[in-house]
Amino acid sequence: MTDLTSLTLKDALEGMARKEFTALELTDAFLDAIDLANPHLNAFVVVTHDKARAMAKESDKRRAKGKAKPLDGAPLGIKDLFCTEGVRTTACSNILGEFTPTYESTVTANLWRDGAVMLGKLNMDEFAMGSSNETSRFGAVVNPWRRGNEDAKLTPGGSSGGSAAATAADLCLGATATDTGGSIRQPAAFTGTVGIKPTYGRCSRWGIVAFASSLDQAGPIAKTVEDAAILLQSMVSHDPKDSTSLPLKKKPDYAKACGRSIRGLTIGVPEEYRIPGMPAEIEALWAKGVEWAKEAGAKIKPISLKHTKYALPCYYIVAPAEASSNLARYDGMRYGARVEGQSLVDAYEKTRAAGFGAEVQRRILIGAFVLSAGYQEAYYLRAQKVRARIAEDFRAAFADVDAILTPATPSAAFALGEKSGDPVEMYLNDIFTVTANLAGLPALALPAALDQQGLPLGLQVIGKALDEETVFAVSSALEKAAGFRGKPAKWWS
Amino acid sequence: MSIDEKTVRKMARLARIALPEARVQPMVSELNGILAWIEQLNEVDIEGVEPMTSAVEGVTLPMREDKVTDGDAPERVLANAPKAEDGFFVVPKVVE
Repeated sequence: MTDLTSLTLKDALEGMARKEFTALELTDAFLDAIDLANPHLNAFVVVTHDKARAMAKESDKRRAKGKAKPLDGAPLGIKDLFCTEGVRTTACSNILGEFTPTYESTVTANLWRDGAVMLGKLNMDEFAMGSSNETSRFGAVVNPWRRGNEDAKLTPGGSSGGSAAATAADLCLGATATDTGGSIRQPAAFTGTVGIKPTYGRCSRWGIVAFASSLDQAGPIAKTVEDAAILLQSMVSHDPKDSTSLPLKKKPDYAKACGRSIRGLTIGVPEEYRIPGMPAEIEALWAKGVEWAKEAGAKIKPISLKHTKYALPCYYIVAPAEASSNLARYDGMRYGARVEGQSLVDAYEKTRAAGFGAEVQRRILIGAFVLSAGYQEAYYLRAQKVRARIAEDFRAAFADVDAILTPATPSAAFALGEKSGDPVEMYLNDIFTVTANLAGLPALALPAALDQQGLPLGLQVIGKALDEETVFAVSSALEKAAGFRGKPAKWWS
Repeated sequence: MSIDEKTVRKMARLARIALPEARVQPMVSELNGILAWIEQLNEVDIEGVEPMTSAVEGVTLPMREDKVTDGDAPERVLANAPKAEDGFFVVPKVVE
């Protein structure tokens, strides 16, 4: 039998449907792979062996009765930002202690409803604040990819570093992730995987630990564009428990959209994404992406998104402001870790000083500052107006184009420790991804080539609000043209 | 605009984060580094622009019936409490 862990989600579902193997056999193969790789990659922070095997057995029973669901028996990893009933959930922060939810997030509940199997919880930057997975309380995740034959440890990106590394290393068929400024797409690009952030409001945020509520959105990381479509199909829903989740009647068919021709579509190429100092390899890959789109019958149109350069500074006002407000709930009184003090305020201050890491503290203080009396108008209100400008740019561009093609990241994966000294340098990782969060648009990163050092590089496709289907159509055409088959060598086995 | 030690101490106080003396000066320079970079937003013409409040146009927040649909689960609510007693959270004394 072939190595079951190397299958795509689609092939694994078909294999189970044809009775070639059971959900339990598939799940055991992944649990063995995790036990072997995790001491080296640190992708999982909890492995739910017993729960996974129990869910797989139930799945096999359903299938035997002819009652298999769309994801039946598919073993998935869950980012530690999603609350999972009875399984420790910490957002990889010390402040949540051993928090074990008594409820299930809507997105993960949707996956279990459709028959998926939970392998465990995935490592991430603390509260999803980071681009290298180095701010996790459990330590950094190691990218399964290496530069040539070097053994230097590289970052898988962040904040969904565990989701991306586990998917790339065949430790799960796919994973849940979240994206506030690029946290699905940048790690996908760094690990040769596919990640999509859907339109804001497609996925319920209920039960996902909040970072910046007007930007946070859940999505999958998967091995192929079609796998991402299959996962997203189950993840999206209207949820009365999240007032920003969209009450949409029409149920899209994302997997079907993957086969759709892009002949006659117009793809926009924004001049402003050609940033100074961009590596020639990224520039060349982008040009290749344009060629692939043309060959598939699309028209190419240069467009202007002139406020692009203000997107990151805008984000670093809006996101910390919302984070400082969201994270005010962690006071050590009702859940999480508490440090006792001489008074209530003293206990709060000690709890939060001990519980939050350096980057989280920095963002809370920036957020408190931009929202404080006398500065709110100069910072927060101005940023929300700049954000409106950025959204306007996209609206104007989408009057003439069906999708936008850009690079996913300004570089390939960098070494752990290489950029942790300067916060602003780290923030620049999200330069191509953050605009879609600010404008609320769907955007997908897919692997398209290896650089000279043998590391994956990704392209990004941005779509109109609610038009994930065109994003999937364009991405799958590019995926086909790119023919990316790269896999990291399993140096840990 | 740059911020000084006094402002950083005030923000830490407002955010209820104990900041050790040795961290104050480094935090001042870290925050000023970020703020200096954010200053470029002043170049943008925002005349007459409404602040963005929704990512998708034409969608209004739904209202629900004002009815209790969940609750009556004190043991679940208290399940993760650092300290609990007789169905209550135990917190430090607030009133002398």
